[in-house]
Amino acid sequence: MAEAPRMPDETGVPEIEPYLHPVLKKNYGNWKWHDRPRPGVLHHVAHSGDEIWTVRAGTQRQMDVYTIRKLMDIADEFAEGYVRFTIRSNIEFMVSEESKVQPLIDKLLEEGFPVGGTGNSVSMISHTQGWLHCDIPATDASGAVKALMDELHEEFVREEMPNRVRLTTSCCQINCGGQGDIAINIQHTKPPKINHDQVGNVCERPSVVARCPVAAIRPAVVNGKPTLEVDERKCICCGACFPPCPPMQINDPEHSKFAIWVGGKNSNARSKPTFHKLVAAGIPNNPPRWPEVAAVVKNILRVYKEDAKDFERIGEWAERIGWPRFFEKTGLPFTKYHIDNWRGSRANLNASAHIRF
Amino acid sequence: MAKPMYDTPMLDQLEDGVWPSFVSGLKRLAKDNDMMVDLLGQLETSYETRKGYWKGGTVGVIGYGGGVIPRFTELKDENNNPKFPAAAEFHTLRIMPPPGMHYDTGTIRKFCDIWEKYGSGLIAFHGQSGDIMFQGCTTDNVQPAFDAINEMGFDMGGAGPAVRTGMSCVGSARCEQSCFDEARAMRTCVNANLDDMHRPALPYKLKFKASGCANDCMNSIQRADVSMIGTWRDDMKVDQEEVKAFVNRKGRKYVIDNVITRCPTQALSLNDDDTLAVDNPNCVRCMHCINVMTKALSPGDDRGVSILVGGKRTLKIGDLMGTVIVPFHKLETDEDFEWLEELSTEILDFFAENALEHERTGEMIERIGLTNFLEGLNIEIDPNMITRPRTNPYVRTDGWDEEAAKWKERQAAQ
Repeated sequence: MAEAPRMPDETGVPEIEPYLHPVLKKNYGNWKWHDRPRPGVLHHVAHSGDEIWTVRAGTQRQMDVYTIRKLMDIADEFAEGYVRFTIRSNIEFMVSEESKVQPLIDKLLEEGFPVGGTGNSVSMISHTQGWLHCDIPATDASGAVKALMDELHEEFVREEMPNRVRLTTSCCQINCGGQGDIAINIQHTKPPKINHDQVGNVCERPSVVARCPVAAIRPAVVNGKPTLEVDERKCICCGACFPPCPPMQINDPEHSKFAIWVGGKNSNARSKPTFHKLVAAGIPNNPPRWPEVAAVVKNILRVYKEDAKDFERIGEWAERIGWPRFFEKTGLPFTKYHIDNWRGSRANLNASAHIRF
Repeated sequence: MAKPMYDTPMLDQLEDGVWPSFVSGLKRLAKDNDMMVDLLGQLETSYETRKGYWKGGTVGVIGYGGGVIPRFTELKDENNNPKFPAAAEFHTLRIMPPPGMHYDTGTIRKFCDIWEKYGSGLIAFHGQSGDIMFQGCTTDNVQPAFDAINEMGFDMGGAGPAVRTGMSCVGSARCEQSCFDEARAMRTCVNANLDDMHRPALPYKLKFKASGCANDCMNSIQRADVSMIGTWRDDMKVDQEEVKAFVNRKGRKYVIDNVITRCPTQALSLNDDDTLAVDNPNCVRCMHCINVMTKALSPGDDRGVSILVGGKRTLKIGDLMGTVIVPFHKLETDEDFEWLEELSTEILDFFAENALEHERTGEMIERIGLTNFLEGLNIEIDPNMITRPRTNPYVRTDGWDEEAAKWKERQAAQ
């Protein structure tokens, strides 16, 4: 008799309490106010009078155990043995005495972890897996993010932007990186290249047909084998067919380009949440440092920083000054591709006489 | 000591610069880990050719149908053998973190020990779905690695057409703007539907995310099928002495330009004595003024949650925001959380029954119309569910009198 296998302990999401810093546990749901003594530091005060200082530092997200242990050593020696991570992979150390803040910051800087990402800064870029682990990537994620954050480091450690800036990158148009003030995404520009010998063997053809948002895919027979073909006049090069059908290769070292989108906003503060809008495309996929991407992003950030009013997010600023002015100020070309033609697109056209001269 | 490293001239350039370098981390692991030597070899190849070389497959753990992201190399030599054999299998385990991504250092150290023993030593805190991603594991080691992590009290996250790992903000643990117990709400929704997480059989993914206020730090309106946003029904709390102190510190112009005129519904006014007048019935709880004047202004006391359904990104019909289906519900008592649990399972059941394959909740609602969805869930309509009423006459209204009577009845009952 073989031994019965171990069945999983289906515990689900763990309880929060065992992992909370004692001051957070004690004052759970009972905080009164907060301020930011300096960039990278939050200071929260509870109704009980208890205080907690949080020091936020940037990480590379994909971390080796040596880096992680180093961060844990810092947490044990310079903080109080508890950490948390933000949605953008920044690490936070909580300390209950103000005197511990500066030594903790000094140690983090000494070990190469930038302190910042709070308030009106450019925070760490939320990103995807890229060539490191994804099965459908047109570019890398960690590398592009590392290259960009090297360039944006000064804006991470300061709080000098009009409002917070949230960046995202995505290595395909599915955009796992999500909405951002600036989203840096791959945009395929050519229809998939189909290996007709393979399609019948590896693809569930009806479900691939069903995935196409423009009904451009249809069953076909090529060289006597069942396969799929794409009506290239309809195809919008979205890549939706590629994940379920790898022989429909959409990634192209030359023709998969970077596109930059701006004005995504997930907060409801002031204006309602908004999706990001296309502002630039056709930017070469140029590892290992993607300098052309960095140039466009930095230019947009520079103009935004100079021109926006306090507390305007990038999208709110563009809406206030008007998109014609956005293109004028950033020097980005306005093309026919900026004019929305997808369903619901009329909502994005100017149905008024509101025009600036 | 591992096998010798390949030359990686392109990746080497990502060791320069001030931001922490993942490449330096990979190289450190590669000193005594063949899998990482070969991973670097494959990654360098990707940088040279600008192509990805992973394909998916089927790898799992006993008892579960999802949660492992299998990756097999496609970089083969002329004899169809992997060019980088030690990284030929490079699977990821998705593990659900504690709500709010809080940890004690001991827990993370244990994770490191387990992953050093069974995996590559590369861990991402966290993936875009909110999982701890243990990246780089052979097929044979997936089970023992999971067993060790599971013994610590951590469970596999979601992948594929399943309930996905939930996310909740720092919230009640360390934020005065929190309007409900986000951690409990997220755990309630996910843990009530674990079977649909671990045994994927839904039309497509289903995500629960909770943000304690309208700042929506979890990006839930845009990214979650079920988005829980904290809000309040009574008046915003104003500490007028702190308002005066703020005006005194920052100046009237600053306050007028950055607080008063930034209110989206013009519900704020600065009085002559530097106190703040708030038109509370017109306040939409957007959080801006509270964000700016953290000491003077706070959410009210009658707190609860707004629930929006249907947020998602591109595939298939384009981006969709969530839509309000519950404008307000208290979320304090055990009964309130039972209500939430029931709602989460009802939404999931309706989605499982009615969505087409590969359709998200938002797309399903787009296809069948919000009113059909609400009827299916037995939720009364509410004008807070719309931005504005319909603008076209293409609707059959011969049930108008009955519908108007229903509304009047509901109004009378309140």
